[in-house]
Amino acid sequence: MNRSLRVFICIAVLATCAFAQTTLNGAGATFPYPIYSKWFNEYHNLHSDIQINYQSIGSGGGIRQVQAGTVDFGATDGPMTNEQIEQSKVKVLHVPTVLGAVVPAYNIPGVTAEVKFTPDVLADIFLGKITSWNDARIAKANPGVNFPNQTITVVHRSDGSGTTYIFTDYLSKVSPDWQNVVGKGTSVKWPIGLGGKGNEGVAGSIRQLPGSVGYIELIYALQNKIPFGVVQNSSKNFIKASLESTTAAAVGVKMPDDFRVSITNPPGKNAYPIASFTWLLIPTNPADAKKGKILKDFLFWMLDSGQGMVEALSYAPLPKEVVEKGKATITKVVKP
Amino acid sequence: MPDTVDPMNPPEPLGQLQRPVTAMPPLAQMDQTRKPGQGSAVLQKIRSSHPRSSRIPDATFRVLIALTAVSVFVIVVLVVWELIDKSRLSLHQFGISFFWGRDWDPVNGNFGALPFIYGTLVSSFLALLLAVPLSIGVAVYITEMCPVRLRAYISFLVELLAAIPSVIYGLWGIFVLAPLLREYVEPFLARTLGWTGFFTGPMYGLGMLAAGIIMAIMVVPVIASITREVMTAVPQNQREAVLALGATRWEMIRMGVLRNARIGIVGGVILGLGRALGETMAVTMVIGNRPEIAKSLFAPGYTMASVIANEFTEATGDLYLSALVQIGLALFIVTLIVNALARLLVWSITGGTPRASA
Repeated sequence: MNRSLRVFICIAVLATCAFAQTTLNGAGATFPYPIYSKWFNEYHNLHSDIQINYQSIGSGGGIRQVQAGTVDFGATDGPMTNEQIEQSKVKVLHVPTVLGAVVPAYNIPGVTAEVKFTPDVLADIFLGKITSWNDARIAKANPGVNFPNQTITVVHRSDGSGTTYIFTDYLSKVSPDWQNVVGKGTSVKWPIGLGGKGNEGVAGSIRQLPGSVGYIELIYALQNKIPFGVVQNSSKNFIKASLESTTAAAVGVKMPDDFRVSITNPPGKNAYPIASFTWLLIPTNPADAKKGKILKDFLFWMLDSGQGMVEALSYAPLPKEVVEKGKATITKVVKP
Repeated sequence: MPDTVDPMNPPEPLGQLQRPVTAMPPLAQMDQTRKPGQGSAVLQKIRSSHPRSSRIPDATFRVLIALTAVSVFVIVVLVVWELIDKSRLSLHQFGISFFWGRDWDPVNGNFGALPFIYGTLVSSFLALLLAVPLSIGVAVYITEMCPVRLRAYISFLVELLAAIPSVIYGLWGIFVLAPLLREYVEPFLARTLGWTGFFTGPMYGLGMLAAGIIMAIMVVPVIASITREVMTAVPQNQREAVLALGATRWEMIRMGVLRNARIGIVGGVILGLGRALGETMAVTMVIGNRPEIAKSLFAPGYTMASVIANEFTEATGDLYLSALVQIGLALFIVTLIVNALARLLVWSITGGTPRASA
């Protein structure tokens, strides 16, 4: 009897704890999933009564769910279009969280040097206009490197992806041809090449195919020690992608009030040109004020101490100006 | 020897196959037709101890079973309805020509399904072309030639193939199969069979051929295990009779076993085809994912299941999403047509009308 009473009390206490906990649900982009789950986990350790769940279902799904109001917040790698914002039942603020970069990876037999890509060469390779590695334009940017007479095989992502969005957004900016023929999007109609599923599919295909070139996330290349090429930025400097040069891409970019900005091909001297923010989509007038308050607190924490955790996971932190502007805008726009 | 066996339901052991017992009238009817006291003594005893007990369970059972049968039908109707409903936008925009449109351009909103339909059909049939002879060979060896001690082990190994997750097949395809194809198989095919036009062009390793081979390996266990079961069911005296007429072992297998088992084998092939048509993950990892119709099997292709899996999560536009759902509708229709054709094939093999004398 005594024992069952104790059990009952335990259950009752546990149940009360469970009821006191507030759970927030979010969904969206896959690229920032590791850092988001780290943040939500750390935040739960600090505030044991707050549980934030995040499902990495893809940016498209994140936007759709936040539009419909079925999640407390969304996340996306590409900013919502004007059309999507008009359609949305819920008014949202884009809050930048971290930066990511996309790098060209390749497999050229006999070439061990770091290959330099100029923007027009990169675009013409992916357009299928440059078909062989010993093309004069590739050689011109890489003096001293002896390229083989090997056909170029382009490898791209087959799954819809923010990585593809960033890469095609960059190519659209640097090449009018690309803009006209292909355009930008999470999936596009590739003029040539093979599709690999995910970063691992692209990287695996590149490793297997002599003469291939493709694009992968910087974070994936760093963690798996995949060599990658150097890209010329708008100041004509050849920049190797790194966390610093990725953060540099966001410095000096004119930031609009709604944070929907593309930072590919940025003006900065040391900026790596194929970089982008990834955003949380925060309802500005949340249906549940209590949850809205929690989310707001979390955002401030994320912009402060949260930024200190990102480099350990190979993400590039936001530059100071963006953090400050982010805090000011959240205070002003997001209720309560 | 009865010839028609429903291929979707593995046949009963042929030796014990009998004409079905004429359906017994339900007990309730028997109540009316028979006067009390005319039933068997046992029935009588049951009735007297549980008066009227047979009616309610009987009726309940009949309704329950009918419900389970109807539920399958209802699910299919719901699936079709949902597919049509969710692809309304795309149906409206492109109409029926969606199914033979060759363009797939999410940026400009032009969508057509033909390259995906082509890729699905070609890769599946390629898989069957490779898998059917192999599976039948495996089944013949296991049932007719294998030492009894090894039999269980070999069957186990074949069935183990079915237990490997398809993503593992995909990874194996990228890292083992593709380099093998590129370095050895494709150059050899290009040299010897290049003139057919099916084996030309740049050799990536990844492509339609790789997808066909991967799927062949995946459907072998399905076809092989069903074929084996059917062949085991062929009565021993059939074999002995053929041997007694002076047949060689090969003739015995061909005339005594395979001939009797052919309907079950076709059933197994249809199940294998079903798996091949719907296979997504392994295929998308090795097929090259290029929506293009090329005669060469070296060229990359794309399948319907793959494009849905690849692009659904990040499809943002309404029309884009709707087009992807319509691809699902196309897949449904193609599967339906292929299965119908396979049924016709079975009927033509049995040479009789459907559901003839069983």
